[in-house]
Amino acid sequence: MSSEHRDSAPPRAGFVFSLNDPTVRSLVYQILLIGTIVLIGWFLVYNTLDNLSRRSIATGFGFMGREASFAIGESLIDYTPKDTYGRAFVAGVLNTVKVSVIGIIAATILGTLIGVARLSSNWLLARLAGGYVEIVRNIPPLLQLFIWYAVITESMPPVRQALNPLPGVFVSQRGVRFPVPAADPVWAWVGLALIVGIVLAYVLNRWGRARQAATGKPYPVLLSLLGCVVGLPLLVYLAGGAPTQLDVPELRGFNFVGGMVISPEFFAILTGLSIYTAAFIAEVVRSGILSVNWGQTEASRALGLSSGHTLRLVVLPQALRVIVPPLTSQYLNLTKNSSLALAIGYPDLVSVANTTLNQTGQAVEGVVMIMGTYLAFSLAISGFMNWYNKRIALVER
Amino acid sequence: MTGTVENTAPPAMAEERPPVATVGPLAWVRNNLFNTWYNALLTVLIVWAVLRVVPPLVDWLVIKAHGFGAPPQECRADLGGACWAFVAEKLRFIMFGMFPYDEQWRPLLVIVIFIALLGASCDRRFWHAWFGLVWLAGLAVVGVLMWGGVLGLTPVENTYWGGLPLTLILSVIGLAVAFPFSILLALGRRSTMPAVKAICVTYIELIRGVPLISLLFMASVMFPLFLPTGVTVDKLLRAQVAFILFAAAYMAEAIRGGLQAIPKGQYEAADGLGLSYWQKMGKVILPQALAISIPPLVNTFISFFKDTSLVIIIGLYDLLGSAKAALTDPSWRGFYREAYLFIGLIYWAFCFFMSKYSQRLERDLNRSRRH
Repeated sequence: MSSEHRDSAPPRAGFVFSLNDPTVRSLVYQILLIGTIVLIGWFLVYNTLDNLSRRSIATGFGFMGREASFAIGESLIDYTPKDTYGRAFVAGVLNTVKVSVIGIIAATILGTLIGVARLSSNWLLARLAGGYVEIVRNIPPLLQLFIWYAVITESMPPVRQALNPLPGVFVSQRGVRFPVPAADPVWAWVGLALIVGIVLAYVLNRWGRARQAATGKPYPVLLSLLGCVVGLPLLVYLAGGAPTQLDVPELRGFNFVGGMVISPEFFAILTGLSIYTAAFIAEVVRSGILSVNWGQTEASRALGLSSGHTLRLVVLPQALRVIVPPLTSQYLNLTKNSSLALAIGYPDLVSVANTTLNQTGQAVEGVVMIMGTYLAFSLAISGFMNWYNKRIALVER
Repeated sequence: MTGTVENTAPPAMAEERPPVATVGPLAWVRNNLFNTWYNALLTVLIVWAVLRVVPPLVDWLVIKAHGFGAPPQECRADLGGACWAFVAEKLRFIMFGMFPYDEQWRPLLVIVIFIALLGASCDRRFWHAWFGLVWLAGLAVVGVLMWGGVLGLTPVENTYWGGLPLTLILSVIGLAVAFPFSILLALGRRSTMPAVKAICVTYIELIRGVPLISLLFMASVMFPLFLPTGVTVDKLLRAQVAFILFAAAYMAEAIRGGLQAIPKGQYEAADGLGLSYWQKMGKVILPQALAISIPPLVNTFISFFKDTSLVIIIGLYDLLGSAKAALTDPSWRGFYREAYLFIGLIYWAFCFFMSKYSQRLERDLNRSRRH
């Protein structure tokens, strides 16, 4: 370690092996360390292979092509027990992605609202938000999941006496059923129009900003945004004949058919994770806002910026610089915590991999698959957030 | 503060009270609750919501609640009140798991020892090397009490351990063992030796990139494969190892933050005095770096304490696990609110006090560093 000095050491005429030479010493240390680790690794691998051959379990991922023969409660892709383990795993990964993405969005919105509420000049609101944070973040997330799961499976009425808070919406032990527009080819076109609209809005916005920077002519941001994102899909919808048919759930036999369902498991994991993570995001947002000096606001008001412009052009860019790095780790935490789904039976990737490794005995492969997938998620999220962070970082001299 | 001002001021005039609109409770209400129209609206909405929620809650919790001795039939007949009889009936099961009934004073004593040690550790007067020995002695007593087999105590297999002692053992021992390991990892991450640095970075990022559950899985299904045939390690120890591996990576990051906060001059001064690497770190850098790292380390401990609840997934009965097991008793089914509220309060109390303590410590340390 004291090799920091080696640059200043005078060049030696002949090489003398001596442990007093920092370079030699550090080399010896590193060789010893690597040797130890290789030795331990070899010991573990040897034992594992030995144990596996004794139990006659074949190593490798060949089992992924075999028939899974277990059912998955909910899946974004078509899946039946006749499909392969590989397809089951993909279904699990997609379920994890689904709960993480929706959870991140919900937690960000809720967390931002609560973080801002904690700074409110309204004493009651600030106290209420503070109480939320102090209660929620000090209770284990797994306990919170159990509570939400119990609320829906034990406190909600059975299917036949389902609550009906809104016409067409049914809340029971089996989850929440609500009507969705009936299948119609028009909806696919509307979705396409929405994507086109978002891209168009982005491009127009950039062009408008560049024009404003060059000529000073203001660009109607909100109007063009609304036109592209809402107007375009609406136009397509009307052009497609405006189908109003709804797929309303109705009680038939022992369960509802039709409509869309939010399963109790998905409800519990989504609510639990969003509420838990929101408490942490609230603290991140609060400290971010507090980090911006009040003088910045005063200065921008003195320059004649409106309070909206002050927030958008002066305060927020500086606050985001503080907010984004810890926010990234909260997003990562939420994604990792989605593995708690296993405890309440939501078929996420851990749950599917767990069933797989129990059925096939491929313990090493199962754990490697779980870890590998989460590592990929972690890298993807931190990569994206680092890119975003670089984009919003203030350019200093 | 105004002592000197009063001395030089002219003889006091008849004191005039400020206008009612700026001081007093009325002004406070006006300034803090009704200062703008939207705040007034919010206040009214919140008061309305609180009035809707709190009275029924108090009703359920206290007023309509059933007595501690109420049989389950009575509780079932009227679900409008909490059934504290369930918690009273299952209290010892939830707190101590399946520990033999007559021996449950032992886990109780373990809880008391842990709380005393943790409480004493909060006092900075005890932050000396000898207190480490007190901890070691305390942990030894804990081990004797839990395992038994000596001093006339009946031996108890660790498969019967459960409840709060298990939660405390997993988190405190996990932390204690992971601590020296994490210091080495943090130092290794800042090492100039490329191989050491690469190994430490890989380890830390790998562990931090995967959920704790996957490590627990590794502990429960892969560890047995790692060991030579015939050698078995029990489930609790495997879970404990997983926790140690997990905690070390997170604590190493907290300590790295402390190491980075030490000015370069300190390193250079230690080098200038001719100290060896370990002397430099042990006598100059680490004492300062660890002091700065204590608040983030306490935060790590809090999340770690909450995470011990995950052992339920590999079939250990910690506080959450034993509460869930208590709920499966057919005659007491369905009283999950009372059970979860009870253990939620225990978890909350531990975490809340630790987080308040870490906030206070952070303030104190910052104050002393500014001088």
